[in-house]
Amino acid sequence: MITATPRKDLILMAIFTIAVLTMPIWLAPIGASYPDLLQRFAIFGIFAIGFNILFGLTGYLSFGHAAFLGVGSYTAVWSFKLLSMSVVPAIIFGVITSGLFAVVIGYISLRRSGIYFSILTLAFAQMSYNLAYSVLTPITNGETGLQLALDDPRSLDNLVGVAATEGIPPTNFFGIEMSGYSGFYFCAVLMIIGFYISMRIFRSPFGMMLKAVKSNSNRMSYTGLNMRPYTLTAFVISGMYAGLAGSLMAVTDPLAGAERMQWTASGEVVLMTILGGVGTLIGPVIGAGVIKYFENIFSAINENVLQGIFSFLPEFLQDGVVAVLGLFVGEGWHLTLGLLFMLIVIFLPGGLVEGFSRIIDRIKNRSKNGEADPVGSAKVQPGE
Amino acid sequence: MDAFVLQILNGLDKGGSYALIALGLTLIFGTLGVVNFAHGALFMLGAFCAVTLKKILTISKQVKDENITFFDAYKEVPYLELWWGETGTTIIDFAVPLSILLAIPVMLLVGLAMERGLIRFFYKRTHAEQILVTFGLAIVLQEIVKAFFGANPVPMPPPELLTGSADVGSFLGLGDSVIYPWWRLAYLVFAGIIIAAVFCFLRFTTFGMVVRAGMQDRETVGLLGINIERRFTIVFGIAAVVSGLAGVMYTPIVPPDYHLGMDFLVLSFVVVVVGGMGSLGGAVTAGFLLGILQSFASMNEVKEILPGIDQIIIFLVAVVILLVRPRGLMGRKGVMES
Repeated sequence: MITATPRKDLILMAIFTIAVLTMPIWLAPIGASYPDLLQRFAIFGIFAIGFNILFGLTGYLSFGHAAFLGVGSYTAVWSFKLLSMSVVPAIIFGVITSGLFAVVIGYISLRRSGIYFSILTLAFAQMSYNLAYSVLTPITNGETGLQLALDDPRSLDNLVGVAATEGIPPTNFFGIEMSGYSGFYFCAVLMIIGFYISMRIFRSPFGMMLKAVKSNSNRMSYTGLNMRPYTLTAFVISGMYAGLAGSLMAVTDPLAGAERMQWTASGEVVLMTILGGVGTLIGPVIGAGVIKYFENIFSAINENVLQGIFSFLPEFLQDGVVAVLGLFVGEGWHLTLGLLFMLIVIFLPGGLVEGFSRIIDRIKNRSKNGEADPVGSAKVQPGE
Repeated sequence: MDAFVLQILNGLDKGGSYALIALGLTLIFGTLGVVNFAHGALFMLGAFCAVTLKKILTISKQVKDENITFFDAYKEVPYLELWWGETGTTIIDFAVPLSILLAIPVMLLVGLAMERGLIRFFYKRTHAEQILVTFGLAIVLQEIVKAFFGANPVPMPPPELLTGSADVGSFLGLGDSVIYPWWRLAYLVFAGIIIAAVFCFLRFTTFGMVVRAGMQDRETVGLLGINIERRFTIVFGIAAVVSGLAGVMYTPIVPPDYHLGMDFLVLSFVVVVVGGMGSLGGAVTAGFLLGILQSFASMNEVKEILPGIDQIIIFLVAVVILLVRPRGLMGRKGVMES
């Protein structure tokens, strides 16, 4: 395992920052360099980083993280409606509210572990989802989703005397409009900060404690340690990350709907984390990026595009190939996702990061011609 | 009183379907120790067995419509009707119950293939990984079904004989207001038969005895020279059949669509956990209990006092039970404790 030194962390941090900020440039050749998709990369990156703090460090598999995402979104939109179109209060309130939710849900759910914990979190998320659709309609606006309106009070804005504009004013960060590339850079900076915090947590004594809980919780309790404060803190932190992601969704597109809380959304973040590599720092970000990218590309392909790609084949072959591949693209993108998911769990439980490090290992060993000692080989510990 | 009986009846048929799925789920868990998130997909596959059979039975031929004499009109007439007349129509009418005959071998095969092809490689892996791989499988299965049958629900009417409602009220001497669809009554009876059959099978046959012994102590049974692996594989097949049959019979109640399984999966997992992981009796009890509670919570009188309670009652009960009785209602000691 690579031993983490402050120097290496600094290099990782620098590479990560540069890579994220230059995303619009190096993603252009593969057709992913438009703001809408980039924003989603950053937002789901934050979501997955936060989820990884819980699942990767403590091993508690939460199936209800989407609830915090939804709470963050709703709070942010309400802040836009009631206070100000500035994103600062929206994000602060979004994070705080979802943090409070996480305290309550975590306090109850963390009394159990293993699959019971998963079911409890799932139960809470489904409850929030069902309530958002039914009784809480005055707050959530039910199926239509919560939207901004012209006659919203926006009391802070009025207080400061922001000039009234035609139509609904856009969300802004001290005057900078939060759409397009500026929206992306705002999310990207927050993701970099989030990544830095998660790295500090991984390296801190608190992070070590969480890892200890994951590897042997029995032994930890034998030593007289009360684990619950630690796991609860991790749960709340990851809930706040989810709230941040949720409020950023509202920042880039001021609308909140209950479907964000559905358990398939929770499943998606689990998938991202697994795909990238559980318990690794960079894995979740990669996983989120890969899934969002392929979702975008695959669901945009339709039969006509496929016909075009395979037009070099003889006609009878072409129709067959298109018919088979047609199942996997467009509407059928979820099939690809499911297959990918299974393949990763079966063959590469450590995710893409483990895959990379295996490849690097092989190259290193080959270049050293077998003289390398096995201890020095870089191998990321596979996640649980 | 009438309303009370009606709600219990309503809850019983919902509970019946929960109990059947949860029974299969907990059977797999108790024997193989695998958390199967693809179990809802098996329910859905069962439902689509019925859809398939119905499609096969109604393969039609264009026949000139003799009633219309102004011009040449054609109508679709199923081959069965052409060949056998009235008998053919009756067979088509009974497509749903007949699907049971199709579903049993198909689901058995699907179950065995699933266990041999995928699940057996995951016995030694963590529960989290089992959840994830079966979750992936569930997505794949439902997308395949969607590709073949489309995204819209397929209406499946019950046989003519069982349409309409039974006047349960006057039968019990309660007045006329308690009426109940015949098909739901049939479903309830069916669920009872299946549950009884599974219990008898485990209780009174040698095979069942070996399986129960294997649930207690797999290693010792293996040491006695019994191939417990193979028996557990068959148990997986049986569990698949049980949830498949639950799906077949449920089609007239809710028209099946491709994500039917996912909708039921979450609930049936809650049922299993409330009943206690690995406990068959617990799963059945919890299934009926939660079904009945849910139908009581959706009464208008209750909703007036506690708005929204019908949406969350199952989850609320699950949370309370898990906190008060950590192993669920009838959970055994030492199951999923780590």
